[in-house]
Amino acid sequence: MNVLLEVNHLTKQYRDIKAVDDLSFSVMEGDIYGFLGQNGAGKSTTIRMLLTLIAPTAGEIKIFGKTLQENRHEILSQTGAIIERPDLYQYLTAYENLSLFARMSKIKVSRKLLMDQLEMVGLAERSQSKVRTFSQGMKQRLGIAVALVHDPKLIILDEPTNGLDPQGIADMRNLILRLSRQMGKTVIVSSHLLSEIEVIASRMIVIHKGKKIAEGVVQEMLDPANTLVQLETANNMHALKWLQETRWANAAIQGRYLQLSMNREDIPQLIRYLGEKGMDIVAVQPRHSLEAYFLSLTNNDTHVEPFAN
Amino acid sequence: MWSLLQIEMFKISRRPRTYIAFAAISAIVLIFQFAFKADGSSYMNLMLQSVQDSFELDRIKAINGYFMCYIILNTLLVQVPILVALIAGDAISGEANMGTLRLLLTKPVSRTQLLLVKFMASFIFTVALLLWMAVMALFLSMAIFGVDDMLIFRVSGEESQILQIGADDVLWRYFAAFGYAAIALTVIAALALLLSIYAENSIGPIIATVCIVIICTIVSNIGVPIIDKNVKPWLFTSYLVGWKGFFYIGTNADGQPIPGSLENWPAIRKSLFILIAHIVILLGISIAVFRKKDILS
Repeated sequence: MNVLLEVNHLTKQYRDIKAVDDLSFSVMEGDIYGFLGQNGAGKSTTIRMLLTLIAPTAGEIKIFGKTLQENRHEILSQTGAIIERPDLYQYLTAYENLSLFARMSKIKVSRKLLMDQLEMVGLAERSQSKVRTFSQGMKQRLGIAVALVHDPKLIILDEPTNGLDPQGIADMRNLILRLSRQMGKTVIVSSHLLSEIEVIASRMIVIHKGKKIAEGVVQEMLDPANTLVQLETANNMHALKWLQETRWANAAIQGRYLQLSMNREDIPQLIRYLGEKGMDIVAVQPRHSLEAYFLSLTNNDTHVEPFAN
Repeated sequence: MWSLLQIEMFKISRRPRTYIAFAAISAIVLIFQFAFKADGSSYMNLMLQSVQDSFELDRIKAINGYFMCYIILNTLLVQVPILVALIAGDAISGEANMGTLRLLLTKPVSRTQLLLVKFMASFIFTVALLLWMAVMALFLSMAIFGVDDMLIFRVSGEESQILQIGADDVLWRYFAAFGYAAIALTVIAALALLLSIYAENSIGPIIATVCIVIICTIVSNIGVPIIDKNVKPWLFTSYLVGWKGFFYIGTNADGQPIPGSLENWPAIRKSLFILIAHIVILLGISIAVFRKKDILS
């Protein structure tokens, strides 16, 4: 597979704050590339730099083998995007919105093309309705139609499931998978929801405080040998002392829990060990392996909200 | 560029707020016309109080379509900047507020092109507004009040003066005055567009534009010699009512008006030059700022 997008040492500095700090990564053709990080990690800033909405302080972006700054028109004509919410002209109809943005993409626009696009996202029957009458899910689907109308090779979706109901989220996931598998598009999708990235992405990058902390194939990161376990015992201090004498010495106290990274298969053995020491176990909570991985990468200084979906 | 301009004009034409300006102008003009039709002679008596002994005229004929248009423009061209700011101040900030700006800028269109199109759309709106004023204030008044020689009341310092322009010498002056007004109002549009780049809602730039116009107008009329000499010549507000220059007819050595002449064409030309310079500078700054702006909305 060819490298479709290459980012080298990308940095964005706002006065004293580095929103993105020396970020490098590459996206292969046909990938669904997950962009994972907490709110404020620098995902949106990076994506906006990929779309020339924000100028980098330093670094280089190459898309389709060409430098973005020097080939902006050519690259953007082959790129479709939704950035956060799909905000469209509320006082225009779905058809008018789509027509307007299609014409801006400099393609030959026909009624058939526009209606086919609206059909694809299930809005053909509402083509003459004003966008202000649409639900958030319908707006999101129209946003997808706008992003795809000029048949781009690269699709960039920033938090595409924000504000959607569970059915809308499922539809969006299916659409992203279809774009990649059936239509051969390369998709970059950012999210703060781990479960979302895990389900759809083939490769992913994890960023934290503007820096890349991991990049790789999602399946390799879903290693069951790297499960995060949260234990609640009658006396965590004593339990920690005993665990430090074992192969689970990475255990640490996090609030009212003992937290350690371990192989999921070893959990019964851990429970037996503490039981033999006479320690009462109140609760054992194995967290998702990717979540464990993420938490370990971010030095456990994160709260769990990003994974609650 | 043409396609982008079409898109922009389409968007403007579909927004209800666009028509507020046309409705406001219609309402004001119709009120004026009704008032003068009902009791125009009282107004003329008041205006001619100081000269009634030395100036013989038919007061009914004096209230004709040309005169009405002049009276209306005198009042309306002070308010129209607000209506122009309503559209131009919304050009970028409105898109930022709706969230469509970021989508527009991910399309293969340069920021300079987009800004120029926004400016051109504001200019077209301004011209459309003036054309509507011409239809309502000039042509409708001509239809209602008829056409005759036109009287201009001119106050210069402590002196007041009445100028009379022949009926067949008026119409071209109105065309020239509307052209001048279009350029003057385009300065307002360029200012509002610049302020619009900095904001993420429309109200801020619209209010800021109106405030700047008010402040500059006050400074232009403050009457302190040091300001009159050093500041006033550079303020665009000093030239907003320069369209009146087209109605100040030139006179011969005997003080008789010369048809087709202007009293001070070089002054009008200088005013136009300064207004156009304002447009170029404001637009240049807008392009420079917008090209470098990070879109965070």
